Amino acid sequence: MNAGESANMIPCGLGARNTLRLEAGMCLYGHEIDDTTTPWEAGLGWICKMEKGAFLGSDVLARQKQAGVRRKIVGFEMLDKRIGRDGYPVLIGGYEAGRVTSGGPAPFLKKNIGMAYVPPESTAMGTEIEISIRGQAAAARLIPLPFYKRPQ
Amino acid sequence: MYPAGYRYTKEHEWVNVEGTAGTIGITDYAQAELGDVVFVELPKVGAQLKTGQSLGTVESVKAVSEIFSPVSGEVTETNPLLSDSPETINSDPHGTAWLIKVRLTDPKEASSLMDSAAYQAYIAEKAKEH
Repeated sequence: MNAGESANMIPCGLGARNTLRLEAGMCLYGHEIDDTTTPWEAGLGWICKMEKGAFLGSDVLARQKQAGVRRKIVGFEMLDKRIGRDGYPVLIGGYEAGRVTSGGPAPFLKKNIGMAYVPPESTAMGTEIEISIRGQAAAARLIPLPFYKRPQ
Repeated sequence: MYPAGYRYTKEHEWVNVEGTAGTIGITDYAQAELGDVVFVELPKVGAQLKTGQSLGTVESVKAVSEIFSPVSGEVTETNPLLSDSPETINSDPHGTAWLIKVRLTDPKEASSLMDSAAYQAYIAEKAKEH
């Protein structure tokens, strides 16, 4: 650290890495994805090549692709000053309709952002939702993922 | 660094007692552990607080931390500076970034808390654990 001081080097750990990951709209196991989610729900369909033949779970995925998913991952920004964080309930029309999978301040974007699962009929960009923060509803709005894209 | 007249808790809150009034905040050690403070949630004026009860939350980029009341009393004032400038907690935790003022139920209660020297010895021990 002393050696890097003249080059403005500062310590950086898991917190910074998680912010970076969230700004890029990437899924993290245990948050957006776990053993109950599917690639269609998590917006990871591009990873699954259904035409390549059967694989473990391909029957379930084929059925879900036909029947449609019951939840989809979306990105949101807080309109309220409060911060929607991992695990907080998502309210739509006053009723619990999903959960925040990752959420927190994005210092670089200067706003509070997050990802959440919501019903597929509530995924339109601009949809206003609420995040239940310690029992109080806080306004948020759906915005496109990723939250940040590096200029090419 | 840690004002001599203040009293301190193991959860890193401080209280400054003046007569029947108490001013409450979090310590420099606490702000350093939290990192950049981005949001503060405080109780309403008139709320009755019991010792050890949660009085609100201080949020950093990484986490939400509950703040526990070091004393019992009624909230008479909350710091208006913190809603727009929560980062003041990082720069002046023992001064302008006080959290709330209370009318103390028992002005003698705070004397059972650590004084500045005892608190500094306490955090020096903590630092060794790291």
